[in-house]
Amino acid sequence: MSDQIAFSEEQAMLLDTATEFCRKHSPIETVRARLGADQIDAATWQEITALGWLGINVAEEFGGLGLGLSCVVPVAESMGRYLMGSPYSGAIIASECLATSGSRTQKEEWLPKIVSGAIGSMALTEPNGSWLLDEIGAQAVERADRLELSGTKCFVTDADTSDFCIVSVNVEAQARLVLVKREQIPAGNLHREVVIDETRRSYQLDLDGITVPLDQLLKGSDFQAIEFASLLLLSAEIAGGLVGSIHTIVEYLNTRKAFDKVIGSYQALKHPTVKILLDLEAMRSHLYHAATRLAEGNTDEAEVALRMAKAHGSAAFAFAGDRAVQFHGGFGFTYDCDAQLYLRRALWCQYQFGDEAYHRHLLEPMLLDQTG
Amino acid sequence: MTNTTDIELNEFREGVSAWFNENKPSVPGFLLPETFMEVGTDLQFEFLRDWQRKVYEAGYLGMAWPEEYGGRGMPQVFQDIATQEMASQRLPFMPNTIGLNWAGPLILKMGTEEDKQKYIKNILSAEDIWCQGFSEPEAGSDLGNSQCRAVRDGDDYVINGSKIWTSLGTYAKYMILLARTSSSGANKYAGLSYFLAPMQVEGIDPKPIQKLTGEYGFCQTYFDDARIPADCLMGSEGDGWNIAMVTLTFERGATGGQAGGIATMELSINDVVELSRRAMRNGKPAIEDPHIRSQLVQLMTESRGNQLMSARARIPALATDWPAAVPMSGKLRGSELKRRMCQLAVSLQGANGARFVSEEAIDGGKWQRSYFNSFSGTIGGGTSEIQHNIVGERVLGLPKS
Repeated sequence: MSDQIAFSEEQAMLLDTATEFCRKHSPIETVRARLGADQIDAATWQEITALGWLGINVAEEFGGLGLGLSCVVPVAESMGRYLMGSPYSGAIIASECLATSGSRTQKEEWLPKIVSGAIGSMALTEPNGSWLLDEIGAQAVERADRLELSGTKCFVTDADTSDFCIVSVNVEAQARLVLVKREQIPAGNLHREVVIDETRRSYQLDLDGITVPLDQLLKGSDFQAIEFASLLLLSAEIAGGLVGSIHTIVEYLNTRKAFDKVIGSYQALKHPTVKILLDLEAMRSHLYHAATRLAEGNTDEAEVALRMAKAHGSAAFAFAGDRAVQFHGGFGFTYDCDAQLYLRRALWCQYQFGDEAYHRHLLEPMLLDQTG
Repeated sequence: MTNTTDIELNEFREGVSAWFNENKPSVPGFLLPETFMEVGTDLQFEFLRDWQRKVYEAGYLGMAWPEEYGGRGMPQVFQDIATQEMASQRLPFMPNTIGLNWAGPLILKMGTEEDKQKYIKNILSAEDIWCQGFSEPEAGSDLGNSQCRAVRDGDDYVINGSKIWTSLGTYAKYMILLARTSSSGANKYAGLSYFLAPMQVEGIDPKPIQKLTGEYGFCQTYFDDARIPADCLMGSEGDGWNIAMVTLTFERGATGGQAGGIATMELSINDVVELSRRAMRNGKPAIEDPHIRSQLVQLMTESRGNQLMSARARIPALATDWPAAVPMSGKLRGSELKRRMCQLAVSLQGANGARFVSEEAIDGGKWQRSYFNSFSGTIGGGTSEIQHNIVGERVLGLPKS
């Protein structure tokens, strides 16, 4: 039997470097200064590119490090811990999507570009808010050697600065993926969305009027790979976010006084904080277990672990954010209090790619109805 | 090298597995207890003591303890395999729990050479049953407040007072006893001393207590001018609190060194899932009820997370912010999870959830009994509320409550 959780030297090194990097580049003042920002932080993006982090999961033949998705987890976790707003996760999922669904030519064209800093983003969700990735309203119809797209996508992060988006569409009633280059999107088709997590730069993408050459249709359509990568990175971000929120809570509980006592001495505040800590310990264990199984190619066990990580993590982070606000008392009700940043981040993470109820429901047949 | 060891271990596992398969006791004609705290009748006790002796004599207990005291001096991994095998074959537990898991490792760590020679082998063979005298009626989780007194008188200490929740009290030959030798001192902890006390002396009277289940299994132990030899004192007078804290790290599983063997009949969430296929709610198996399904998955997720934690905590790079979080929360997590699993198990049974130990109840009422008994885990050894304080203060660095 293989280890429940394996953690390589590369992962340990990345966790170390990334924690330090994000601590330096994303202190809370910077996070606040960048809320609702028009542009991505180009200087930081260049550094991330130079560090090679965009190639962690990309095969060596395409210029990457070939370390696999499990080595991206420590980076995403560190970014989550420091609430860093970055196109990183979107770019990683886009490269993972190309690696699993792209043709040889498509990979050769795009993967090396991603490794050297091209930003990719995913356009999957639609206005109905469904999490079912292959139930799609958007259409792509072949006309005169081109695909004519129609429909609407939402929650496309950093779409304005992306070099390309990968869009899910129906082609002859089949769920497919099509790559759309930035220059193929007319300016009027992108609309900034007001989203709960203000560190996120989220866009609505209107597909009507966009046409692309046929060869931009990805050869395969591996939606499971997209979902797995998304759940893994979101769960990593949640684990980091939980760490950050616990530090924020503990710091306040250790300084603020009420009725002549430091409020952390009150059990009504202390005990829920311990619950948050133990939830973090559990969900982070699911997370690294999922990474371990993914790296081994054991997709069945990886799926269970991923859904458990996302379910446990979504509920725990939302609880942590909720309590963080409450425990800060009157200050917690203000925009100046950092607790709201974690609560907003938690709610974004909770409602992207399925909340806890959704994943538990998907786990039911896997865990309860197997025979033998 | 690694391969040879793996092969050795696999061979060892096969041998252990075969031995247990051949030698496991047949099912007795009475409902067995599930932990050492639930041993309520002589029949149950004799059955379990015989079983422990048999396992020890076969060489599957105390394997990593030193040979000169009755162990086998082998690497811990062999004992772990034997213990896992006992758990996976769902064999009865080793009843001398306090001796094997708390008193034994404590004596090996801090006892004198004489103590080790005198006590260790008979702990393993269940010849000498051990009990614990920490809690008092007026000092539950607040151990430091113990009032039971030990007064030096010539070559003896004279003990007066009482201890409560003494599991196996009527069967025990020895007690690890925390008693007050002084009321002065810098604080309440300073006057406490620690004894390896004989139980079968005049003036010590363990009286069985009826539990919320209606059964027996604990005692209140009364000390009335009981004289114990002065050399029962462990360490010096005033060392009691520190030695008790070391004992608690063994009790809470925060430190290794236990003799091995299972201490309880483990309840796993899979047992609850299995029950959900048989227990009926409104004419259908409970597992078909959407609300129950969701709760089962949630507890399975928590249970799996709990198991995975120890694997992750072994990786130092993944335990940097709060390295003590996992080891220090073991009892809290495990006992609360068990309580909730039992609650869910009872809720699977429709109106029959309201039955108790009887022929008509599902599985003879064992789930209801287990639920009630699960409070021993959430209360004993420091309540869950105290555990939250401990984790909050020592792991997160919050101020004392």
